[in-house]
Amino acid sequence: MTLRLDDPHNAQGHPEHSRGVSVDTPQATTRVELDYSGGERLTMNMGPQHPSAHGVFRAILTLEGETVVAVDAVIGYLHRCHEKLSETLTYAQYPSIASKTDYVAAMTSEFAYVMAAEAIGKIEVPKRAQYLRVICSELQRIASHLLWLGTWCMDMGGALGGGATIFLYAIREREAILDLFESLVGARLLYGFFQVGGTRYDIPAGWADQCRKTIADIDSRIGEYEGLLEDNPFFQARAQGVGYISRELAEDVGIAGPLLRGSGVNFDLRRSAPYSSYEDFTFTVPVETAGDCFARYRVRMVEFRESIKIIRQALDKLPDGPISSRPGLKSVAQIRIPKGEAYSRVEGPRGEVGCYLIADGSAKPYRMKWRGASFSNLSVLPHIIPGHKVADVVAIMGSVDPVFGEVDR
Amino acid sequence: MPVWLTALIAPFIVLNVVIGLVTYVTLLERKFAARMQSRIGPYRVGPHGLLQPIADAVKLMMKEDVVPTAADKTVYNLAPIVFLIPCMLIFATIPFAPGMGVADLNIGILFFLAVSSMEIVGLFMAGWGSNNKYALLSAMRAVNQIISYDLPFIFSALVPVMLAGSLKLSDIAAAQAGGAWFVFYPVIGQLAFIAFMVATLAAENRVPFDILEAESELVAGFRVEYSGMKFALIQLGEYAHIIGSSFLGSILFLGAWAGPGPEYLGPIWMLLKAMFLFLVLTWIRWSFVRIRVDQILTLSWKFLLPATLTLLVATSFVVVWRAGGF
Repeated sequence: MTLRLDDPHNAQGHPEHSRGVSVDTPQATTRVELDYSGGERLTMNMGPQHPSAHGVFRAILTLEGETVVAVDAVIGYLHRCHEKLSETLTYAQYPSIASKTDYVAAMTSEFAYVMAAEAIGKIEVPKRAQYLRVICSELQRIASHLLWLGTWCMDMGGALGGGATIFLYAIREREAILDLFESLVGARLLYGFFQVGGTRYDIPAGWADQCRKTIADIDSRIGEYEGLLEDNPFFQARAQGVGYISRELAEDVGIAGPLLRGSGVNFDLRRSAPYSSYEDFTFTVPVETAGDCFARYRVRMVEFRESIKIIRQALDKLPDGPISSRPGLKSVAQIRIPKGEAYSRVEGPRGEVGCYLIADGSAKPYRMKWRGASFSNLSVLPHIIPGHKVADVVAIMGSVDPVFGEVDR
Repeated sequence: MPVWLTALIAPFIVLNVVIGLVTYVTLLERKFAARMQSRIGPYRVGPHGLLQPIADAVKLMMKEDVVPTAADKTVYNLAPIVFLIPCMLIFATIPFAPGMGVADLNIGILFFLAVSSMEIVGLFMAGWGSNNKYALLSAMRAVNQIISYDLPFIFSALVPVMLAGSLKLSDIAAAQAGGAWFVFYPVIGQLAFIAFMVATLAAENRVPFDILEAESELVAGFRVEYSGMKFALIQLGEYAHIIGSSFLGSILFLGAWAGPGPEYLGPIWMLLKAMFLFLVLTWIRWSFVRIRVDQILTLSWKFLLPATLTLLVATSFVVVWRAGGF
């Protein structure tokens, strides 16, 4: 496997490692290549400008006819110096920017950041804020999975076929969730809902009922999509047995989230290391052992229903009280976090989203490092793609569900 | 009117009607797909979007015609025309009503099948001449797929030919007079119809068999480098081919122009039946995901081809048996 950054300066070390904090960059291992005999090989670029690149991903495929023998994954096209940027923004400002790392699941990125700051500052979060955080994270998980379902089916079925039909259905449901977020925060994609010490806003009147209605709609429609897809032999032919990730490979590469659970590893941070009162709710963690695209699809389909269950419980048990343990913000530099460092992790829709924060006592962090779930999930691609057909490359990539804002940061 | 004049006027009329039909069939498909996807579809240009196809055509005409520097210019420029001609020629033998058609050949269906598989030449020229890897892969797939599916297509189309005992399309239509449509012929008729529809889907490169276009991996396949009017010609040819096949299907299986009402309504019935078949193809297109190239070939060579061949042999036995041959 070769993960390359196109910028030649990056070969020696990243310019953002400027304050003397040394970060070891692991050496790329040799790439997996199938032993094919004879025939001419065709090198084909897939991306960075490609309908299935899910953003700006470049896969250099070596083809033997229709079969992929090797793949080079090139990332870095969406690099925006997020971690360096965080050193220049205060704890009150950065959550809004954190949502731009994984812009499909903005809530969970913010969540990881404020949790790290709270861990260093030993800041208590009121119970109501914890529940609101859970509700928003789970709504975000549903929205993110809906987008995944739509785009993945589009990868397999084409923008001019059945895939587009599923895509439009999924986007219709996601729209309802974005409407909920809009009435809560005022924004539809990048929220800035989380604040150190709690949440920025309380839910408006009538929001809870609207939320219940939305999730009930989605709950009833998930079954329709399952019927449309799973009863369809063409869908099964495309998803089953494709992109097999063994349990060993999954653990070695360090993938997370639905990919990991699709390969038979029963690990979900919400249950293995509960945060923000997740221990108050009953839900099951779906695990599939097949390890193929279909297994990952099944895991996510069950997660829809589990998230809906969690939201219902959280709305039922939502306690009264303040939404933040800190007074309202009067200036951006008001929050000061004492000296220290912490690593926080939350279960995002794509897996473990981690944030490593070093605070120096000022209003801005000294250093911050993201652990993006998409980044580690993406690194499994060169291991599983060789040997598949070209059409499977996009199906596998879609099933990994990468978001390049989170990969490149 | 002298014969040579009719021979000029009739194709002129048919050609223009087909082009007009193709233009508006795109609107029909877009509206139909929109209903399936719970949206409205084209609505802004003209009442209910009725002028949308014209706006699209004007837009395509005004677009810049880009020819890639590295393209094989002759092949690249010729390909859309080579592709379009067979797609238009297939309408030559289709009778739209008794005596209403360009040329009701006595080998009509043979002509149709032969000419319709000529489109592969244009496809391959487009894929090769573009000098683009996506287009090249798509052209390779095109050859694979169209050769694989032409045989089942021909075998399933030959079932009505055997039942009617004629290769002439008007004779096949006449043999179904009185409501004895071949799609109602016990067992054989239905199986042949299903096989015909599957083979048509594949021969027309529609989802779930649209591996030539495959925009999720090959961007737009063989036409990735085409723009403006050349792109429009390819698009026109593709839709003309689909409609031609729908007309053929309605002649072979749905009794052609037979329908209630006076005889002059015949062409209307024919059009309605063809549009019905077209909408069935569209319905399938917008509900399925695409299958992989190896799965498509497996489906053809291991299943559809033996099945249609067996069906053809079975039909011949039935025909001989019905004629008292045993």
